[in-house]
Amino acid sequence: MTATGIGAPVRRKEDFRFITGKGRYVDDINRPGQAYAYFLRSPHAHATINKIDTSAALKEPGVVAILTGDDVAADKVGGLICGWMIHNKDGSPMKGGAHPALAHGKVRYVGDHVAVVIAETLAQARDASEKIEVDYGVLPAAASIESARKAGAAAIHDVAPDNQVYDWHIGDKAAADAAFAQAKHVTKLDIVNNRLVPNPMEPRAAVGDYDMGSDSFTLYTTSQNPHVARLVLSAFIGIAPENKLRVIAPDVGGGFGSKIFIYAEETICVWAAKKVGRPVKWTSDRTEAFLSDAHGRDHVTHAEMALGDNGKILGLRVKTRANMGAYLSTFASSVPTYLYAPLLSGQYNIPAIYAEVEAVYTNTAPVDAYRGAGRPEATFVIERLAEVAARELHMDPAEFRRRNFVTQFPHQTPVIMAYDAGDYDASLTLAQKMHDTAGFLARKAASAANGKLRGIGYSAYIEACGIAPSAAVGSLGAGVGLWESAEVRVNPVGTVEILTGSHSHGQGHETTFAQLVSSRLGIPLENVSIVHGDTDKVQMGMGTYGSRSGAVGMSAIVKALDKIEAKAKKVAAHVLEAAEGDIEFKDGKFTVKGTDKSADFGTVALNAYIAHKFNGQELEPGLKESAFWDPTNFTFPAGVHICELEIDPATGVIKIDRWTAVDDFGNVINPMIVEGQVHGGIAQGVGQALLEGAVYDESGQLLTASFMDYTMPRADDLPSYNVGMTVTPCPSNPLGIKGCGEAGAIASPPAVINAITNALGHENITMPATPEKVWRAAQSAVRKQAAE
Amino acid sequence: MTKVSMTVNGKAVSAEIEPRTLLVQFLRDHLRLTGTHVGCDTSQCGACMVHVDGRAVKSCTTLAVTVDGSHVTTIEGLAKGDKLHPMQEAFREHHGLQCGFCTPGMIMSAVDIVNRKGHNLDEATIRHELEGNICRCTGYHNIVKAIADGAKHMASTPAE
Repeated sequence: MTATGIGAPVRRKEDFRFITGKGRYVDDINRPGQAYAYFLRSPHAHATINKIDTSAALKEPGVVAILTGDDVAADKVGGLICGWMIHNKDGSPMKGGAHPALAHGKVRYVGDHVAVVIAETLAQARDASEKIEVDYGVLPAAASIESARKAGAAAIHDVAPDNQVYDWHIGDKAAADAAFAQAKHVTKLDIVNNRLVPNPMEPRAAVGDYDMGSDSFTLYTTSQNPHVARLVLSAFIGIAPENKLRVIAPDVGGGFGSKIFIYAEETICVWAAKKVGRPVKWTSDRTEAFLSDAHGRDHVTHAEMALGDNGKILGLRVKTRANMGAYLSTFASSVPTYLYAPLLSGQYNIPAIYAEVEAVYTNTAPVDAYRGAGRPEATFVIERLAEVAARELHMDPAEFRRRNFVTQFPHQTPVIMAYDAGDYDASLTLAQKMHDTAGFLARKAASAANGKLRGIGYSAYIEACGIAPSAAVGSLGAGVGLWESAEVRVNPVGTVEILTGSHSHGQGHETTFAQLVSSRLGIPLENVSIVHGDTDKVQMGMGTYGSRSGAVGMSAIVKALDKIEAKAKKVAAHVLEAAEGDIEFKDGKFTVKGTDKSADFGTVALNAYIAHKFNGQELEPGLKESAFWDPTNFTFPAGVHICELEIDPATGVIKIDRWTAVDDFGNVINPMIVEGQVHGGIAQGVGQALLEGAVYDESGQLLTASFMDYTMPRADDLPSYNVGMTVTPCPSNPLGIKGCGEAGAIASPPAVINAITNALGHENITMPATPEKVWRAAQSAVRKQAAE
Repeated sequence: MTKVSMTVNGKAVSAEIEPRTLLVQFLRDHLRLTGTHVGCDTSQCGACMVHVDGRAVKSCTTLAVTVDGSHVTTIEGLAKGDKLHPMQEAFREHHGLQCGFCTPGMIMSAVDIVNRKGHNLDEATIRHELEGNICRCTGYHNIVKAIADGAKHMASTPAE
């Protein structure tokens, strides 16, 4: 390993601009003559729009235009789409309601887009919006799954009169029922996976620009996948053909899934830019983000585990209801289905699994993928069940897991996935050692002496990343292929530009991708530039989510580098006057087998362009190659997290005392960056477990619409983390990478809740486990103890 | 409109602005100093942190007119030419940032913490003092390490 090669903790190339305030985020971009957009949003969760009177508002100072759903309809702007078709148990398709970019005739959640005011300044646009008169006909609202599915509930979309989006299932019901019929013991749990708001620190923003001379559009947007945005805006929404629409996602300040989706605001900004003849800029404020960014999770589940002799798991039955919000967001339908249920087998050998999922419309913000997307929900189900089953069987929870671990690979689960490589016992063993689990009882006694309750909780998670083989996801209903593209451009002086369809919004691709190229070509790290986030530069790409940039994006780069090496060897053969078959390439040098003749990479690159030493008709000049990589399987990162915490029964306050994470991400390019991803993921998972929860009241008003009301994890809420790694290389991609972006958020919530319930001695706690809930639970535990 | 004058990163600036203009709007929209960010609208996240007359201030809840005549330092004014401030170096060295959006505010807060609490900062102090800054990417682990180390290096560097 070299100081900058694969496996080295290289300091990030992108950091200089961020630490000096020179990052370039969408809100930092200003176009000449730009006007500002402000969206008038619905104050009602469910209402008809009888009339919108903009006459007074149009007379306000600085107003350029006010546009409503009627204008969108008149211009035939297509609706926002959901790109994954799910089929019901009976084979019929899901019920997708129309989603106009500005509400047309009806609003369906608080924050729904009613009109856009475009003015000279943002303040003027906001002021004028207050003069718009909207005549609403308020309808009964359903803010929860139960109220939406109650008999007689008002239909949110005409196509779904009972508010059911789909009723889906997976697995073998008869086999699962047979397993339960033989069970010696059945563990049952009711689980609520709380609704979260992703809250990347950079709010969403968009600048739409139209050039009349070329009849073309440019959209600057906070996107994790600018090419997907262009595809949807072109092919479905119909803004412009792809060759007339450039989408740029510059520095993006975090995404966590919420910036995958194509939203109303960027659609309106780019459409309106032509309509008003000026660039149109919109930047979300934080309350708008709470109201209209796609939320995450929000499942209600009943789960049962059938157990046989010696703590062996025989089967699993899971019934989940998923709140989809008022509209189906871009990938929403896939989250509680194919990103969820296929992970219910966890790290365990479970012969029979049957899962049913009902998706429901409610009068709340749309719900879609958020860090982990379905996999945290599955992990929470299986890891809570595993812990509770172990307790009910009076077994050590680690030993219970060990007995059920998958140990032979490949392993076909009963729910689609074929696990390709792993060593789950190795991660558990290392985690126990690093954590000093043997010392837990002594620490517990010390806590008890101080009047504190100490608990320990495990989570042995698995996830499916490297999303995903195109044909496989196509057969499951995906509207797109999930390959990735790369182009390697070698310049005549031997510097290299990598154009990638992956997008970095905090992951550090400018460093890790450069490490790969630098290692492979034997050139200095600073000679490699990574270009991403611009559809005019990078031809096509599927973007960054599902921990796919390493496993899929870098694999595409490897494939393109293979072609570069093959071409460069042909050039080198001419330069070195040797047979092509005798040319070897290592550490940036081309050599002729058995001689001391050599040429460095820069010399060969220069000769590829000068083209003096070969016949340009027989060998094309230049050194530039591209590749698309379509994965052959998902990747399966897995690991064990252990949370140990102390509860003060007098206040319900929890202090996480130590956290150990051992993850198997396959081969690692930059351990510093990988550990950073783990830290951040754990923080979001601890946030879900202890602090965060989006709360709507019965009328559909969002009660947690600011950082004053929604508890974001702060430095003081979290511990430092003890992070370790085991490695089983992934066999399905050339670098052996599995992916690390989501693991922490997937692993951590059940570890926290398992630790709390371990401390309390009963299972009655729901997320977020706030001090109030924990205090109540601790009091009843204390009373129960006293009564015994 | 109201006239406002101040010194920003060592340069005298003045402008005619609407009285309701916030300091962060003045910095970003009038001076195009876009390193100072807006991450919320309730003074909670700290992405907008700048120094006014040497003290950390959330520029999203400060009217520009109220700092008339003051010396303002933003993230763009922290490095001395090409030489990074020790706290900037520490954030890079310890991987104290990912997406970079909260980073300017974090660094400005960190410098202020050192100015108030000294160069030997323990983990509990740093975590407590970061109450006014939210990061969604890093889980704070590396930010805490960066601030502890940056604080030590500031001891051997002349104060801001």
